[in-house]
Amino acid sequence: MIDPKELKYTKTHEWVRYEGDAAFVGISDYAQHALGDLVFVNLPEPGDEVEAGEPFGDVESVKAVSDLFSPVSGEVLEINEELLDAPQLINEQPYEAWFIKVGGITGEEEMMDAERYDAFCEEEEGNE
Amino acid sequence: MEKKTPLYDTHVKYGGSIVEFGGFLLPVQYETGIKKEHMAVRTQCGLFDVSHMGEILVQGPKALDYLNYVLTNDFNGMKDGRARYSPMCNENGGTVDDLIVYKRGDNDYFVVVNAANKDKDYAWMKDKEAEGVEVTDVSDQYGQLALQGPKAQEILEKLVPADMIPAGYYTANFEGEINGIPCIISRTGYTGEDGFEIYMAADKAPEFWETLMEAGKEEDLIPCGLGARDTLRLEASMPLYGHEMNDEISPKTAGLGFAVKMDKPEFIGKEAMEAAMPLKEKRVGLKAVSRGILREHCEVFNDGKLVGHTTSGTFMPYLGGSYAMAILDADQTEVGNKLQVVVRGRSIDVEVVPLPFYKRDQK
Repeated sequence: MIDPKELKYTKTHEWVRYEGDAAFVGISDYAQHALGDLVFVNLPEPGDEVEAGEPFGDVESVKAVSDLFSPVSGEVLEINEELLDAPQLINEQPYEAWFIKVGGITGEEEMMDAERYDAFCEEEEGNE
Repeated sequence: MEKKTPLYDTHVKYGGSIVEFGGFLLPVQYETGIKKEHMAVRTQCGLFDVSHMGEILVQGPKALDYLNYVLTNDFNGMKDGRARYSPMCNENGGTVDDLIVYKRGDNDYFVVVNAANKDKDYAWMKDKEAEGVEVTDVSDQYGQLALQGPKAQEILEKLVPADMIPAGYYTANFEGEINGIPCIISRTGYTGEDGFEIYMAADKAPEFWETLMEAGKEEDLIPCGLGARDTLRLEASMPLYGHEMNDEISPKTAGLGFAVKMDKPEFIGKEAMEAAMPLKEKRVGLKAVSRGILREHCEVFNDGKLVGHTTSGTFMPYLGGSYAMAILDADQTEVGNKLQVVVRGRSIDVEVVPLPFYKRDQK
């Protein structure tokens, strides 16, 4: 099991988990909850370049489409193909359901640790 | 300033995510989420707040003539307690709104209209008012709940004697009573399932909500929001104003010809609709056959040639897969026709399929 406390988070609610030189990217529990039941995922292809702060794919709920923003710059090594057929896994296990594995990392977004991210979400909630 | 329905506090209490719709603050979903709410209505039962809908009275010795002139359907021969669906058109044959007319008694009709159009409809209807007809907006006086799903009858039977429940689809009992409080019980809905729409004095709506939720416990009744209301009506292929029809789209184009009685001597929009025959465009159903979710207001192509636009589309929770309704050039509407819908720059392969996408098994 992945411990959400060990992850780093962006302001756009993606998480990053480093394993050696590679980064796994997913979305937070807060994000999946806000998006609602997800029914479709669009992901890049292995070999594609992603850039920190830029969209790399999107997720669709019944009601809306939302971009996914890459927390890092680099090359997509792998995508989680399981999500293409079972997007509900993102709702069910947001911290297991990684979207892309990125290598050759050349830069990253400013990120928060879990504690700061929780406080950030509370603030967002309050602003609604 | 958005209005709150009488159930606003109830929605907050039940964990609804509140959004603005048709000038009202309403829940798009509860914590269960759209998919579960949708499935509850298909398999068990769901409860919706539809108090935002508008209610307009048409009364007087000329009320029947008035309705037959202002609306496209034919209201002759209606018995008391019957409901009849109708578009209301402008002189160009475009649709002002679609609505339901109930006959409460002779010279006394109760008309239910879309929330977002209520002020426009009332102004339109008031403008057409003639000697012997009085049109009154009573929207603020009513709350409305929709109890929808195969278990709706069972749940209602716990609260009222069986003979108080209207038996036929599109019939209503104006003398209903739940817990001693008067209400209108109508066997109608916007989900493709059996069910009821219940009207009561606005301030009694929260009490009715709690009473129904309590009565539906064993049947796993859950509250449902606007999100599920939209996916349910779309799966059942029911048109929605502002999507499949609008001030410029005629009900005939929207596939509502069954409610446009061209044999009536006269009604607003008749001449324009006659002149527009044969139809140049028609509403169809599309099913995605490649990956992707179809959405509204997307262009539809046949090998690079623009042939129409989608009007509603999403992922259908009960059927699985993505479907859309679209208005296409008449020569493209044959079932089986293979087309492409471009959604945010990506092309999705689709096929024309028969409407409705979903139809419940009739007992």
